[in-house]
Amino acid sequence: MTAATATRPRHHLVSVLVENKAGVLARVAGLFSRRGYNIFSLAVAPTDDERFSRISIVVDVESAPLEQILAQLDKLVNVVEISELHPDEAREAELLLVTVGADSERRAQVFQLVAVFGGHIVDVGLEALTVMLSGTPAVLDDFEELMRPYGIVELQRTGRVALPKLGSRRGEGS
Amino acid sequence: MQLTGAQALVKSLEMQDVEVIFGLPGGAILPVYDPIIDSSIRHVLVRHEQGAGHMAEGYAHVTGRPGVAMVTSGPGATNIVTPLCDAYMDSVPLVVVTGQVPSTAIGTDAFQEADITGITMGVTKHNWLVKEAADIPRVIREAFHVATTGRPGPVLVDVPKDISNATMEWYWPDEIDLPGYRPATVPDPEAIAAAAELLLSARRPVLYVGGGVLKSGGAAALRELAELTGIPVVTTLMARGAFPDSHPLALGMPGMHGNYTAVTSMQKADLLVALGSRFDDRVTGRASAFAPEAKVIHVDVDKAEIGKVRVPEVGIVADCRLAMEALVEALRPARAAGRLEASRLGPWTAQLEEWKRRFPLAYDAPAPDPVPHGPAAHAPRLKPQFVLETLRDATPDDTILASGVGQHQMWASQYWRFEHPNTWVNSGGLGTMGFAVPAAIGAKVGRPDRMVWAVDGDGCFQMTAQELVTASAERIPVKIAILNNAYLGMVRQWQHMFYEERYSEVYLSPDLPDYVGWAEAMGCVGLRVEQPEEVLPAIEKANEIDDRPVVIDFRTDSMEQVFPMVPAGASNDDIVVHPSQRGEAR
Repeated sequence: MTAATATRPRHHLVSVLVENKAGVLARVAGLFSRRGYNIFSLAVAPTDDERFSRISIVVDVESAPLEQILAQLDKLVNVVEISELHPDEAREAELLLVTVGADSERRAQVFQLVAVFGGHIVDVGLEALTVMLSGTPAVLDDFEELMRPYGIVELQRTGRVALPKLGSRRGEGS
Repeated sequence: MQLTGAQALVKSLEMQDVEVIFGLPGGAILPVYDPIIDSSIRHVLVRHEQGAGHMAEGYAHVTGRPGVAMVTSGPGATNIVTPLCDAYMDSVPLVVVTGQVPSTAIGTDAFQEADITGITMGVTKHNWLVKEAADIPRVIREAFHVATTGRPGPVLVDVPKDISNATMEWYWPDEIDLPGYRPATVPDPEAIAAAAELLLSARRPVLYVGGGVLKSGGAAALRELAELTGIPVVTTLMARGAFPDSHPLALGMPGMHGNYTAVTSMQKADLLVALGSRFDDRVTGRASAFAPEAKVIHVDVDKAEIGKVRVPEVGIVADCRLAMEALVEALRPARAAGRLEASRLGPWTAQLEEWKRRFPLAYDAPAPDPVPHGPAAHAPRLKPQFVLETLRDATPDDTILASGVGQHQMWASQYWRFEHPNTWVNSGGLGTMGFAVPAAIGAKVGRPDRMVWAVDGDGCFQMTAQELVTASAERIPVKIAILNNAYLGMVRQWQHMFYEERYSEVYLSPDLPDYVGWAEAMGCVGLRVEQPEEVLPAIEKANEIDDRPVVIDFRTDSMEQVFPMVPAGASNDDIVVHPSQRGEAR
């Protein structure tokens, strides 16, 4: 397996199509914990076909070889399809919400940065702002760094979701 | 036809040709026990739910069919978690049905409520919580399909009481719709061709046979492959009986307590053909030092086993029997072309024969008659290995042998001569003490035509002996040989070897409990044997009893240790042989 990105070689994004049944997320999460695999982030929601959900998992492949993780996942009866999404062949996106300290003096600077990144101010208080930004994980990383000096009060990211780029759909990771 | 969920459940089991259920009723499963009265299915009433699970395992081991157990919710269900885990580790097909509190009460901490699907997620191949009575036939059909196909394993179906009481319109599903379940079957021809080439060029090959060969019904195919290629065969603890021990190509059991030739053949091999085996730590010793010169062909129906421990040169994801048959076909032209002459393996065969001659299994002769009233007057003279050799020679060669876990298990595997598949019933992966008695009972239910012996330790016996009440009540005439050394013997051996003989909490006493009295109280015949000359007569007497279980309390030498032994975490090169062989040059 090639590295996911130069900055994060340990992380691979795996897209898992599962039957939309009670307990499926517990089966997937339980498999990771009992076999000692690490999850970096996880996002789950139904697909356009209500019988299925898609779980996007960023796995830490230092804990186990990716092939072993995929093979064990594939044994779960409710797991229908697994694809490893290489960053070069996938459209990745993530959503970030951050509440950042910004009194009246510094508010304009934050506004500018949000505008540059194409984010939105979704809440305004006397001493703080809440910003919403979507984009690739790398862009969100950059934005997070730029917000840090202003004082991050709270931050929540959704974890990555992705789809294959058109014309580059791959099968299982092997 | 309108049925209750309970009736539909029992009818579904009948549709799956279930002939016996091992179980114990209770509140939440009560509705299902009513139609059992009218069913053609035999029910064996156990004394503890763990017994039901191990009986179902024993039944599955010897018949190749799924074992079925039924218990109630809460403690009934949690008591069967150990057998589920055992079956999961050893790939035994089980279908366990549990009662559950009414669906309206789930999540309220109701009386005898346990989240058994949550608890058993990690120890079952799959499990189901039934939400509607109409789902029952579909779920049961899926459950049997999942348990028995691909890599077999245990499944659990949890049925809330209100679902059992609800009514549904009976149907039997024509199809199974499990979009995420596609077990492998047929081998990839290219991989088979690559494997055949490796087989032909190898000069020190070994067939490393695991339980998957038995599970796939591949014993005959294995024999054909071995005889066609002349490649020697090691059979792991889970595979004993997959290849006849009397065969000239049989090397016996490898691993931590494997014989010297089996262990060393793998260490020195230039090719290992792993067939339904999984490079378990008890086989490999320190994995990084295992078979350092060997290329590996790995055949397994479970893709996740390929490369899990050892990355093979050729991986074949397929049913073992089909893969072996394909290999045989692929090798026939080579045979015709003279590329499989026995002479190609001449030096290797000679080396193996020399190891067999120099490092056979060995144990000390019993001490001579002790001086009357001397200090050793009451020391047991019986060697456990001698008991096993005598038992082996005094029983038919298709006898089914069950075992618990510990020293007696290793001696049983070492000293028995397995000639037929599915004659060895043991707990390999999980190492569940107390497995032998209930597993033997289940085996005898599955194969009433066969003689069934269990070899048990005194520690193991005390864990599940109550199931002999079940055996007496149900007229299931199993025979139990307790190798009573008054210790948790394997733990004692480790404390002897690795903890400077500091024996911590391993002494059990030879006569507390009184095993003969206990056996008789449970409706069995109880016998006690203390001297070597009493062994054969006692076994012969037990063999003649066919109307009730028999328990023989063999008082064996507490000091005896299992050799050879590869210490945990050591390389298989550092195998410790019997003291009498330690002067032999390796």
